[in-house]
Amino acid sequence: MPKVKVDGVELEVPAGATVLQACELAGKEIPRFCYHERLSIAGNCRMCLVEVKPGPPKPQASCALPASEGQEIRTDSEMVKKAREGVMEFLLINHPLDCPICDQGGECDLQDQSVAYGKGSSRFEENKRAVTEKYMGPIVKTVMTRCIQCTRCVRFAEEVAGVPEIGAIYRGENMQITTYLEHAAKSELSGNVVDLCPVGALTSKPYAFEARPWELKKTHAIDVMDAVGTNIRLDSRGRQVLRAVPRINDDVNEEWASDKTRHNVDGLVRKRLDKPYVRKDGKLVPATWNEAFAAIADVKHGGSVAALAGDLLDCETMFAGKVLVEKLGGSLLEGRQTGLAYDVSSLSAVNFNTTLPGIETADVILLVGTNLRWEAPLVNTRIRKAIKKGAKVFGLGPQVDLTYKVEWLGNDASLLAKLPEAVVEAFGKAARPAMIVGGGVLAKDGAHGDTLALVETLGLIKDGWNGYNVLHFAAARMGGLMLGYATDGGVKAVAAAKPKLLFSLGADEADYSAFPDSFKVYVGHHGDKGAHAADVILPGASYAEKAGTYVNLEGRVQRGEKAVFAPGDAREDWSILRALSEVLGATLPFDSFEQLRAEMARAVPALGVEGLADYGWSVPSLPTGATGEFGSPIKDFYLTNAICRASPTMQQCSAELIHGQTYAEAAE
Amino acid sequence: MSDVIAPLADKDRIFTNVYGFQDWGIDAAMKRGDWDNTKKLMEIGQDEIIERIKASGLRGRGGAGFPTGMKWSFMPKESKDGRPSFLVINADESEPGSCKDREIVRHDPHKLIEGALIAGFAMRARAAYIYIRGEFIYEAKILFAAVEQAYEKGFLGKNACGSGYDFDVFVHRGAGAYICGEETAQIESIEGKKGQPRLKPPFPAGAGLYGCPTTVNNVESIAVGPTILRRGSEWFSSFGRENNKGTKLFQISGHVNKPCVVEESMGISFKELIDRHCGGIRGGWDNLLAVIPGGSSVPLVPAAQIMDAPMDFDGLRALGSGLGTAAVIVMDKSTDIVRAISRLSYFYKHESCGQCTPCREGTGWMWRVMERLRSGDADISEIDMLHQVTKQVEGHTICALGDAAAWPIQGLIRHFRPEIERRINENKGSAPVMEAAE
Repeated sequence: MPKVKVDGVELEVPAGATVLQACELAGKEIPRFCYHERLSIAGNCRMCLVEVKPGPPKPQASCALPASEGQEIRTDSEMVKKAREGVMEFLLINHPLDCPICDQGGECDLQDQSVAYGKGSSRFEENKRAVTEKYMGPIVKTVMTRCIQCTRCVRFAEEVAGVPEIGAIYRGENMQITTYLEHAAKSELSGNVVDLCPVGALTSKPYAFEARPWELKKTHAIDVMDAVGTNIRLDSRGRQVLRAVPRINDDVNEEWASDKTRHNVDGLVRKRLDKPYVRKDGKLVPATWNEAFAAIADVKHGGSVAALAGDLLDCETMFAGKVLVEKLGGSLLEGRQTGLAYDVSSLSAVNFNTTLPGIETADVILLVGTNLRWEAPLVNTRIRKAIKKGAKVFGLGPQVDLTYKVEWLGNDASLLAKLPEAVVEAFGKAARPAMIVGGGVLAKDGAHGDTLALVETLGLIKDGWNGYNVLHFAAARMGGLMLGYATDGGVKAVAAAKPKLLFSLGADEADYSAFPDSFKVYVGHHGDKGAHAADVILPGASYAEKAGTYVNLEGRVQRGEKAVFAPGDAREDWSILRALSEVLGATLPFDSFEQLRAEMARAVPALGVEGLADYGWSVPSLPTGATGEFGSPIKDFYLTNAICRASPTMQQCSAELIHGQTYAEAAE
Repeated sequence: MSDVIAPLADKDRIFTNVYGFQDWGIDAAMKRGDWDNTKKLMEIGQDEIIERIKASGLRGRGGAGFPTGMKWSFMPKESKDGRPSFLVINADESEPGSCKDREIVRHDPHKLIEGALIAGFAMRARAAYIYIRGEFIYEAKILFAAVEQAYEKGFLGKNACGSGYDFDVFVHRGAGAYICGEETAQIESIEGKKGQPRLKPPFPAGAGLYGCPTTVNNVESIAVGPTILRRGSEWFSSFGRENNKGTKLFQISGHVNKPCVVEESMGISFKELIDRHCGGIRGGWDNLLAVIPGGSSVPLVPAAQIMDAPMDFDGLRALGSGLGTAAVIVMDKSTDIVRAISRLSYFYKHESCGQCTPCREGTGWMWRVMERLRSGDADISEIDMLHQVTKQVEGHTICALGDAAAWPIQGLIRHFRPEIERRINENKGSAPVMEAAE
């Protein structure tokens, strides 16, 4: 723990800290452009210069200089002030200063720091440099004249996203940042470079010229595009969410968000259900709430009631649905719409037990039947970090490019029973071995049991370490399982019971042809598969339009806030169910959202506390002996749910990045 | 500057074939004394070799003048984690004015290769990489062939020279970037990356080429090693002044009657160097305007100050300049001195790697202002502004290219400000008076 002096104040800093970190610990702000906590140190912007003694009689880049015993650091001297002014002047001489038409305006590091550390005037009388735009795909808009060559985007692409497709070409003042041959950066995380860019060189293409940051209402929410539970901030103006950006949460998403998380929001204003519909003579016609409720009340179900929960649901909606079904005399609840029927007698056996930060510390990882890049891109970045620390990764299942080196064992489920010697040996030596079981495994009979059997053989359980991970990719999954949205036999069993009344709570991935005789009530927000099959549609709220509790794949209970109101006549789902229950004569026992939450916490106490739920650890005895190839549950990363299917940005990403369609661009 | 340095006698020259009068090949080289019982030199012992180089007072010949023996002693004595050590030999000679490494490589390559073995052995390196400038096509061919010859004779490779030590020499061609002469940029370039200097620390001696301990040395520093060992440290340190020992290849270009590359004692006076080897200044000594004594990146020195100055590291530093690579650029009074420096500014603008801000943005700005000063299309106040800009670049960059771009301009302003002001005033006088349209 070296002791240093920052501006005359002595303090102790952690070993290995840089001078910049020491200054921050001392409460001194150090301006910077290229330095970023989560990227490697480049030291090229020279904005963080400070005076350090002992050392050469010139300012030092604090981001790259290790703090060492007895250093005297000055951040307030004349030399430092001059150095900052000088660097700032250099950065601005070729910066276009087109702030009035720049999307970064108002949240621009260059703007802020030039106010704080610049000289306020320019002495540069030559012509400014101009740089042609680069094509970086459907998400990232470029105005490269604004670029200050900090290379944050280059380092992000290479280090975090693992797609080394962004780089610098040419040299000196002609240096330009570009993608390889100006192809779109093929990464599910490309949108993060927009946040990283300290200037307006890389901005969000879908959000271009939409709003100024100071006009936006900022709401903390939880993302529902995958099961990671990315902490996001929804920026809205009036009734529309204009963008989603990640919040920092080191336990979940660090500082990143996938492109789907960021850019599904334009789907929130398209294909929305904004009034109730009732099917008359085979056609869905608009109706009033009363007419819709009356149509449901007419169904003589006699207690034969079931509910299917969608992938994007909050726990409150599922809880209200569950209570309603039970009050009506039914018991069939299911959330695994696509027909999965894995055993849920032990939640710990279907949980991501290492936790997200934990997987970073694993030293050997076996991936079984999973395409992490699509099922959970942010888990993939964690594994990249583990590899950087020396972890070895084996893969069993369909071979995909995961951006790092995987030793593929083949795509044959029977291999689970007879893993190659090298794998067993590597696990035997490992201190923190981990296995990640993907959606492909849960879909295969016996495979779940096979992987659980490996817990023992591979020694995944160590003191304070549980290396068995199941990777879900539906935001509602763990919450649904905690609430009992799982029937033995899955959706097939529910269909076999031929429920007279079927509530579809935003279930857009289910096969409704299995329910020909059921009266289907769809409560949801988009005119997608569920709505097409419905007999009555009750327009609900999307994740942005309601507060809610979500449980991510590691069992982390998180809460999001409501950003905007649902469009038209649409209402929050729980209140729809509450109102309907009264008409059906089975009034739900809560009158407000708070009461509902309290009720839910009483029923499932873990849902009442934010943070990791404790599922204990128990291994159910399950059938084993899976054979054949693992399939991939996700066919198209960008179109996995009703919201993204309605989003033009996601459609374009899908067409261009997955189906290889090229867009004709106007000649410049 | 009191002691007079005697000119170097022919018997004391290290580079005996620097003019290329004889063949460069291994047989001719062996006749000249290269590869003469190299095994015996290696038997001196690794630490003893370093000690002898230290005792000889050899300072790095690449420009910075860091004591070579001390640099070698920074290398780990033994590998604690199994990482090998490497020697990188910098033959990326791109400094305007410098042309000594080129002469060594094309006329005396075996001095370099033998030196590589000795130096690599002393610092316990597994291999040497000779990074040769991309434009040196003919020289690279010779170097490839010379290394091949040394392998054939068993001087390199497994059991090099029968010493029991395994040592390889690889020749790596650059792609024509000045910045790849900077040691860490050179390492990046050898690794196949964009040639951009690395941040220090870590220094190459700790983590250099492929993350292994590495020493980067200039061609001349390496090539003189075997001769120093053969003739003794005392012999080498008998030349030159205190702290500036040995012989040095001087490269005199510009307005002298016979430009040449010549080996001389360090500390020889400028006048003697020119009169003895270059046939004097074109048009006589009165016609001398200024001299850039150490390659383009050191400040120029006006005629009056350079005349009797000793040509070594400390002597030239006392004049506010430096020995650099001893690339002496002589300019007589026919020179457009502002244009000359402006051309150098263009060079640095062109060669800046673009990694860090002050150099990337500053070099272009400085060149543009220099161009206007050349024609006088500027304001007097811009001279001071330019000087401030050079100060904003100097010392604020990752590598020394920023300093190298700033110093020539600072030298110009320091010594030739009246000339710049004259041009501005004349330009003002000749310009038509602008009148507002009525």
